[in-house]
Amino acid sequence: MITKQELSVLGDLAQLSLDPDSRDSTLQAINEVLELVAIMNTAECDGVKPLAHPLEAEQLLRSDKVTEVNQVAKFSQAAPLFEEGLYLVPKVIE
Amino acid sequence: MNLNNATITELHKLLTDKAISATELTQHFLSRIAESDSEINSFITITPEVAIAEAKAADLVLAKGQHTMLTGIPMAHKDIFCIEDIRTTAGSKILADFIAPYTSTCIEKLRHAGTVTLGKTNMDEFAMGSSNESSYFGPVHNPWDKTKVPGGSSGGSAASLAACLCVASTGTDTGGSIRQPASMCGLTGLKPTYGRISRWGMIAFASSLDQAGCFTRTAEDAAILLEHMAGHDSKDSTSLNLAVPEFTAALSEPLAGLKVGICSDYFKEGLEPEVENLVMDGIKELAKMGAEVVEIELPHTKFSLSAYYVIAPAECSANLSRYDGVRYGYRCKDPENLEDLYKRSRSEGFGSEVKKRIMVGAFALSAGYYDAYYRKAQQLRRLIKNDFVSAFEQVDVIVGPTAPGTAFPLGAKTNDPVSMYLQDIYTIAASLAGVPAISIPVGLSKGMPVGLQLIGNYLEEAKLLRVAHQFQQQTNWHQQQPQRNLL
Amino acid sequence: MNIPAGWQIDIGLEIHAQLNTKSKIFSGASTLFGSDPNSQASAVDLALPGVLPVVNEAVYAKAIRFGLGVSADISRVSAFDRKNYFYPDLPKGYQITQMDLPIVSGGHIDILLQDSTEKRIRITRAHLEEDAGKSLHEAFDRYTGIDLNRAGTPLLEIVSEPDIKSAFEAVAYARKIHQLVTYLNICDGDMSQGSLRFDANVSVRREDSATLGVRTETKNLNSFRFLERAIYYETVRQIDRLEAGRSVTQETRLYDHNKDETRPMRSKETATDYRYFPEPDLLPVIITDETIAKIKAEMPELPTQRQQRFIEDFNLAATDAALLANDRNLADYFEATIKNSQDPILSANWIKVELLGHLNRDAVSITDSPISAIQLGDLVALIQAGTISGKIAKDVFAALWTGETSSAATYIQQHGLQQLSDPSTLEPLIFDILKANPKQLEQLRSGKDKLMGFFVGQVMKQTQGKANPQEVNSIINRLLQEAV
Repeated sequence: MITKQELSVLGDLAQLSLDPDSRDSTLQAINEVLELVAIMNTAECDGVKPLAHPLEAEQLLRSDKVTEVNQVAKFSQAAPLFEEGLYLVPKVIE
Repeated sequence: MNLNNATITELHKLLTDKAISATELTQHFLSRIAESDSEINSFITITPEVAIAEAKAADLVLAKGQHTMLTGIPMAHKDIFCIEDIRTTAGSKILADFIAPYTSTCIEKLRHAGTVTLGKTNMDEFAMGSSNESSYFGPVHNPWDKTKVPGGSSGGSAASLAACLCVASTGTDTGGSIRQPASMCGLTGLKPTYGRISRWGMIAFASSLDQAGCFTRTAEDAAILLEHMAGHDSKDSTSLNLAVPEFTAALSEPLAGLKVGICSDYFKEGLEPEVENLVMDGIKELAKMGAEVVEIELPHTKFSLSAYYVIAPAECSANLSRYDGVRYGYRCKDPENLEDLYKRSRSEGFGSEVKKRIMVGAFALSAGYYDAYYRKAQQLRRLIKNDFVSAFEQVDVIVGPTAPGTAFPLGAKTNDPVSMYLQDIYTIAASLAGVPAISIPVGLSKGMPVGLQLIGNYLEEAKLLRVAHQFQQQTNWHQQQPQRNLL
Repeated sequence: MNIPAGWQIDIGLEIHAQLNTKSKIFSGASTLFGSDPNSQASAVDLALPGVLPVVNEAVYAKAIRFGLGVSADISRVSAFDRKNYFYPDLPKGYQITQMDLPIVSGGHIDILLQDSTEKRIRITRAHLEEDAGKSLHEAFDRYTGIDLNRAGTPLLEIVSEPDIKSAFEAVAYARKIHQLVTYLNICDGDMSQGSLRFDANVSVRREDSATLGVRTETKNLNSFRFLERAIYYETVRQIDRLEAGRSVTQETRLYDHNKDETRPMRSKETATDYRYFPEPDLLPVIITDETIAKIKAEMPELPTQRQQRFIEDFNLAATDAALLANDRNLADYFEATIKNSQDPILSANWIKVELLGHLNRDAVSITDSPISAIQLGDLVALIQAGTISGKIAKDVFAALWTGETSSAATYIQQHGLQQLSDPSTLEPLIFDILKANPKQLEQLRSGKDKLMGFFVGQVMKQTQGKANPQEVNSIINRLLQEAV
């Protein structure tokens, strides 16, 4: 089960803010899910190789060719803030 | 014949016999949507101009005799599929105004085959849910009983077909999101083998589980749709590099000698008694048709829900990181700095179920917990897959209930998320393993539809469809209609 | 550089080399440098909803070539992972990289220390990943502009063990890597364009300490000079802190070349948990023995091999061979020159002295040389054939350099610069000069050999430098003997 402190860390990792009102209910909701999945602890899995892909297949590689054209006009239409060819975010100081 | 509940096969004959034009057929369904959908809320975006233009083009193709089985067939598509120049929302505020700049492969294939696009259907936000109550665009109502849910996450696609607002619809299934709503709405819902249909253009929830599929009135219609939707796509690295079988070819082969497996784990507590009875009746029907019923074991079934609720949130937590208000989608007002931009755009844009799953996923992957959660879940996944591999050495298909009960009332499970998750208890294992599965109507319990789930071996959709088709030749559950449709 | 006594430094370098493929690692967009912002950002690079990555086959060939070049192990099964963090130049909110199963493991690079001994620096691993986009902070007042052209460019990240013990060694190692990746034609090595970038992990410990100290990481150094300065600054900074009884904080830092100092990075991403997990959208890549054998057979010559060949085939002195083989572009230029000139040693001299002299004077790189290898080859051939003298050749070279002419032969013709070698023309001329300078002639006759230079100089003056010096020498000697 996770603590309030851990919840806060998760919020940062996932870039989600937790307003004080819903913090408790969110914590409870997450802990309910963790309770649900706790049954995994009873499973014997020693030596079992994790399955990352349901298909046991190999990656097909594509040849090194330029196949895309400049679509900046079309794609940038969806942008909330786009000027002089750039996507804008609040100024970042490194 | 009533156009409302005609199948693709029947309408194809009408169109080629010139008994009706594609334009008339499309206008018929557009009118029905305009009349009835306000009660159901199955559509997020209706596309009448696009539909009429496509119908007119279909009429030209029909006139030249160059048609396919799908030319002129009006369809609705789950709003998880990008369609160029059409709003695509994934049921979320964060994409509420997103106009897709490209079209997903499987929809492109259907349109190329001549289908008509009626609109984009409602869904649980980012495909996370089993009742279609988490959509930013409001819940969907089950046409069989408006006070009840249609199932989810492809609730809109199911409800629109059940309410006869389209002839067939597309959906996606990650843990049961086609099969469960099909069960609750009295439809045939197919989830093919993982990789059978390209995921290019299908907004990702859980990459290794998501699969496109369809809702139809019959297994035969599903076979026709699958033939057109399936196929290798070089833009999707996980798509099967295999030729598409003729799924319609062997539908009529009799079932004699077919081995049908039943697993006791699918008949434990939690399954409504009436549902169990109807499912058992369905199995008896299969036996009458010549199938041999065999008992099988799937020993790791009890872990499938927990493995799923670790893997799916983990993958979704990463897949949804791109929604940050920078290149598209919802952006909060006057962000003060970068962190404010991210946190507020995402927190205001996502609903609570999505946010919860993102955080569960982040937790399962985090340092110190990865081994106990994510890695363990992937190990269990292999064991669950192995269970199916062993079972299919003994049987041809596995049969059981699709869902533990019928459609429940709207709001009934809002405060009981775990009971909501348990809706998928029978469907999840097939998703984890990547095997194909189909849900077909097997009766009514207190007036509400019940589904029979058939699970097949990898790549054996043809066999599944054959069993389903034969079942639908001998029974007529799939032809049952909600009362409202007959008014 | 003065490092306080009693301390030792441990440095590990992470070098990011942009692979010179035509298209990106996971999308078919172009990797060309310097295009209009976001004109090379495809749907996949923008992380639009519903997009998926597909792997470029060329990145594997190049990574394997690198592995073979450093004698490393090539992984037969290679897969990708997601590294999760938020930053505007990372559109997906995760980077696709290789954590668990990198394509290359182990290997080494040998460097030359100041005392000319060799030292082996071990390589931990090299893996494939995608580059991020660019953040432009200066363009707007209140905003940072994001250009995603670079997002998705393939990177090979080369990680060394902390075997490097000084800034000198770090630069030597970095230079060797630069040389290798350009030689193997897997990276263009243009650091001004960001093709090769260094992250330096630096820690210090007392000489008698067996464990490594707390390390800092200084990121995105894009020149050998900055690498050297940043390591030096970090070393001194850390030692100062520890000597004052304070501790070193494990953190990520940036080098400010204007102030010649490092400072901590302010973005939070540096302290985050990356939550690596296998990339579900990409399947494992299987590399067969056949593939590796094929790549091995097609390996370009390595720098040391080329250097050796220059010595054996062209009879170059070891130092000349080393100089010319050091930079692949220069080595290519040299061999192209020889094709026309047929004279390796003379070509080597002209490149070493005149060409490199001009290139350095005007701060021009060999790839931008105004004189092509063909032109230089022609010039050297003309010298070799005796058509012009070495002295005149320098004038012709200058004319080629400024672009006054594009053909040495034409220029020589137009200005009548052909070397005078014909004895029947030279002899009367020399005879007259000898006669006109009786005093010097007498001195020369009596054994003052250096007066030969005087007479040769006079002949040169008379012939505007065109006389063939060897011929002049031999005629003077003959005339002396004939007792003029």
